[in-house]
Amino acid sequence: MKLFSGIGSVVLTFLAATGRVAAFAGSGLSHCLRPPFYGKQILRQLIEVGFYCLPVVALTTLFSGMVLALQSYTGFARFSAESAVANVVVLSMTRELAPVLAGLMVAGRIGASMAAEIGTMRVTEQIDALSTLSTHPMKYLVVPRIIAGLTMLPILVLIGDIIGVMGGYLVGVYRLGFNAVGYIEQTWNFIETLDVVSGLVKAAVFGFIVTLMGCYHGYMSRGGAQGVGIATTNAVVSSAILILVANYVITESFFSK
Amino acid sequence: MIDKSKIVWRDVHLAFAEKQVLRGINLNVLEGESLVVIGGSGSGKSVLIKSVLGITKPDSGEVIVDSQNIVGCSSHEREAINSKIGMLFQGGALFDSISVWENVAFGLMQTGSARGTTARSRAIEVLGRVGLDKTVADLSPSELSGGMQKRVALARAIIDEPEIIFFDEPTTGLDPIMSDVINQLIISCVRDLGATAVTITHDMRSARTIADKVAMLYQGQIIWHERVSHLDNPGNDYVDQFVHGRGEGPIQMTIRQ
Repeated sequence: MKLFSGIGSVVLTFLAATGRVAAFAGSGLSHCLRPPFYGKQILRQLIEVGFYCLPVVALTTLFSGMVLALQSYTGFARFSAESAVANVVVLSMTRELAPVLAGLMVAGRIGASMAAEIGTMRVTEQIDALSTLSTHPMKYLVVPRIIAGLTMLPILVLIGDIIGVMGGYLVGVYRLGFNAVGYIEQTWNFIETLDVVSGLVKAAVFGFIVTLMGCYHGYMSRGGAQGVGIATTNAVVSSAILILVANYVITESFFSK
Repeated sequence: MIDKSKIVWRDVHLAFAEKQVLRGINLNVLEGESLVVIGGSGSGKSVLIKSVLGITKPDSGEVIVDSQNIVGCSSHEREAINSKIGMLFQGGALFDSISVWENVAFGLMQTGSARGTTARSRAIEVLGRVGLDKTVADLSPSELSGGMQKRVALARAIIDEPEIIFFDEPTTGLDPIMSDVINQLIISCVRDLGATAVTITHDMRSARTIADKVAMLYQGQIIWHERVSHLDNPGNDYVDQFVHGRGEGPIQMTIRQ
């Protein structure tokens, strides 16, 4: 009996948490469509997500593209398929690696800072103060971050795609001795619009997940410094898990036959 | 008498999960009156004023402001009510991402009643009223001492000339001289604005200085509500023990052995 009640309690807790996140997401999205809009806050978050995350996304995708070229070359050499390196790099980068790595990096860089900032505002009563100053906290704090995540992550991923392919090109041409024009031609001829578009759709979804989790855990944090620390950890962990789950679901919907 | 009441709590009950915080609060504050609410830590004093601001919602009962029950009111009605209220939070709750003058003028800028240089000069004028000169206007709140932060928070609470002002432990954490400065500022601000004030404090000196009437909250109920002149001979053992800070008496502190 104890086992059943334990399982039931876990299931109920999970369902309650899912419901709270869904209600928070619904409220955040509905506020995205209704004025007033805080232009200065939106601009600040666009810069925060788009500009300050660019170095980390660029470095991650550059080295991933380089490693991918090197690994696929050594693997494909076993059955004389070295010429497929450019195809593997561009396909892997645009469909999977750039969106997933960018999503995870932004979760670590921005999701954590959003949870910490909003969490600190919660425990120091700044969110309550916003309500008393004719300002809806959802509109002022959450909406700008969600808009920034939804719009900036696809741009970051597009840049990451280009840098990742460039990383593969650098290793392919300067380390493995591929012909430069041939490598670019092969990449260009192989890539399809759907490969890039699917990656950008993933990026938008991951951007939403990261900002939603950062805001949600920060907004719900309680109990001082420890509460803010827990909120930050939860924001990053839940973002990472949801990104990986959403990645599979989106891949399934785009590419399953 | 009821028609002159500015704020009325009528049989208000409120619980957080299992913990019953307010157990049938009945209290009224007359227009232009300064009421001080005293009571032990965790007795629900802050919750009492947050129920007027809409930050916490009573489970039952009525909270009446200007003859209008505001429990469950719409967001537009809430905005209209909150625009009549200024609030000084316990820790100041200043927004640390913006400057001192932007904090002070935040409410004005959100409601659109002043912008840009007009808002800035109005903020500097009100900062002067609380004894701060314009050199602090462009500083960040974190660059100010605790006493100065309290003054900035007071300036933010009064800039829109509210009809009601709540002060949540305004002198907590301040030295006796700064406490007296804040008390005098509260008296002059309330008198100049002709506002109705509700102050929460543990500081008996502060209570004697700023109150017209004092109410004591104990175990979720108002057990005493009299003019401040009765504070030294309250005719109530609980109030007597609290006011004189005696360990012996009907109020037993729960100390874990």
